[in-house]
Amino acid sequence: MNTRHLNIVLVVLLAATVATFEIGERGGAGTAAMAALLTISFIKGRLVVLDFMGLRGVKFFWRGLLLGWLLLVSTLIAVAYWISIP
Amino acid sequence: MDTIAPPQPAPHPASAPPGDLAIWFFILAELLAFGVFFAAYAFGRAHNVELFNTMQETLDRQAGAFNTVLLITGSWCVARAVEAVGRARSQTGARWLLAGIACGGGFLVVKGFEYAAKFGAGINLSTNTFYMFYLSLTFFHFMHVILGLVILTALWWKTRQGDYGPDNMNGIETGAAYWHMVDLVWIVLFPLVYVMR
Repeated sequence: MNTRHLNIVLVVLLAATVATFEIGERGGAGTAAMAALLTISFIKGRLVVLDFMGLRGVKFFWRGLLLGWLLLVSTLIAVAYWISIP
Repeated sequence: MDTIAPPQPAPHPASAPPGDLAIWFFILAELLAFGVFFAAYAFGRAHNVELFNTMQETLDRQAGAFNTVLLITGSWCVARAVEAVGRARSQTGARWLLAGIACGGGFLVVKGFEYAAKFGAGINLSTNTFYMFYLSLTFFHFMHVILGLVILTALWWKTRQGDYGPDNMNGIETGAAYWHMVDLVWIVLFPLVYVMR
């Protein structure tokens, strides 16, 4: 992983964090806000797994385990959110 | 006479992830534990939506966001350290590790102020369901940050002494993987607990 790529990943992660914070500051609520937050969180997590943890060039099995965890947790949170909607 | 180079085979993906294989099983176990915690929080919220939404307003979202920036930046510093050591630049790598440690230390300070404010207001584990989850979940993560900092400090010391290099990356990659896991968990925790409503 070269330094330029790592720097780009950092900028994307920081921008995504600002987006998450802004959704909260603007009182974002409801299904659309939840979907946006989970999507941003998944994108951030994926970048950390692939580029910081260095799993991008590794066999799919290992990437699949960590990205699968991220997907499973996001899905469970989404399901819990939806069942809470009256 | 021109010579035509034979086609190079496509590089095969590495069969194992960076670092010691054992750390990856440890990371998977940790992620499983945090995953159960996150699901418990989310389904707990589903039965107490008003309470969770009201209590979430009492959290310091700015502090949470700043801590996200610190952990992400710390993770980037450690990734830069691994990259530098891989190019035989140990002293540069040591400086990046020190920057990562500073970010992790900053996280602990900010979280410490958050905890002090809550405990000062008389909030504890038995205040309500939201704070039971908030305090236990974030403190569980807090302990992982402390362990991560101990690991990073050991890595910094060994890197500074030139113990790691392009032919000996196992130790630094192992410690770095753990630190990135701490970051990964917070990336889910922050929106779930501080923002989602």
